[in-house]
Amino acid sequence: MIPIIEREIVARGWLTSQEFVNIISISEMTPGPIAINTSTFIGYRIGGIPGAILATIGVVLPSLILILGIYFFLSKYKNQQIIKDTIYGIRPVVLALIIQAVVFVAGNTYFKEGTNIIDLLNVSSGIQFLEIISPAAIAITVVSLLVLLLSKIHPILVILTAGAAGIVLHLAGVL
Amino acid sequence: MIPLIERELVDKKKWISQDEMVDILSISQAFPGAVAVNSAILIGRKLGGYTGALFALIGVILPSFLIILIVARLFIYISNISIIKAALKGISSAIVALLVVAAVRIAKTGIKDKISPIITIVALFLLLGTRIHPIYVVIMGILFGLIYHGLRIITIRKK
Repeated sequence: MIPIIEREIVARGWLTSQEFVNIISISEMTPGPIAINTSTFIGYRIGGIPGAILATIGVVLPSLILILGIYFFLSKYKNQQIIKDTIYGIRPVVLALIIQAVVFVAGNTYFKEGTNIIDLLNVSSGIQFLEIISPAAIAITVVSLLVLLLSKIHPILVILTAGAAGIVLHLAGVL
Repeated sequence: MIPLIERELVDKKKWISQDEMVDILSISQAFPGAVAVNSAILIGRKLGGYTGALFALIGVILPSFLIILIVARLFIYISNISIIKAALKGISSAIVALLVVAAVRIAKTGIKDKISPIITIVALFLLLGTRIHPIYVVIMGILFGLIYHGLRIITIRKK
């Protein structure tokens, strides 16, 4: 869902990539489905409370129509296999969308504000490379990934610890 | 969210049976959209028809809607403080890790045949290498699923 929202919002110039990544971060931390939280937040930023209400309706309406319409239509004809197979077909695409989201969020997190791909191409030495990327942010990702894969610690705790680590590393002068 | 719904509706209020809950959850997971939202719509529909579905939907999104409104309002004032910026940078670094974990999970459970990885690579190329709108890539996935369904029906009929 993130790449689709990103395409619509950032390409229209409603928010910068950095603001969008911040909104995703906050939506991950607050309870409730991320796609809905993100939409409500963006709606509020762009159009105040009416914007928030309309954005929320917009993001849940497809689910409402699909599940009430298609599910009850199909269950009448006992043909749910077609749904299962279609879902199966979407999965490889969903995987690609998640990878794109990784690239998008990582790109906006690891590079210092205001840098872009062209700066990366002009880099000729390792020291210059360290000037535009943030090793501390990459370190937080690596540690979070290890914790998530190797332990059963709840993701929200990992997110909160990462936020605290961000503050500590900032005060230490490395982020 | 799901264990909470289950405890409230199946154990405490006994509005729906355990079996019905299992059915509702599997359908909710199969459909696009948030599982909590989908299951609320189905439970609401079961208990109170279309009005029930609508009110269940409002009920399930209202708490996070209100929390986000408050957070979004506060965020305008605090987003330029350097400590908040650093905390957000830490959080988005962790989110990269969460997304990687989600990708690994979907790759492990959902990709079992030989065509799917090719679809993933083609989709990724289209998403990263071209300016094609992501929704067309999703439609491509739906078409692939329908073709897969069609081929399976044909092989079953041949047998």
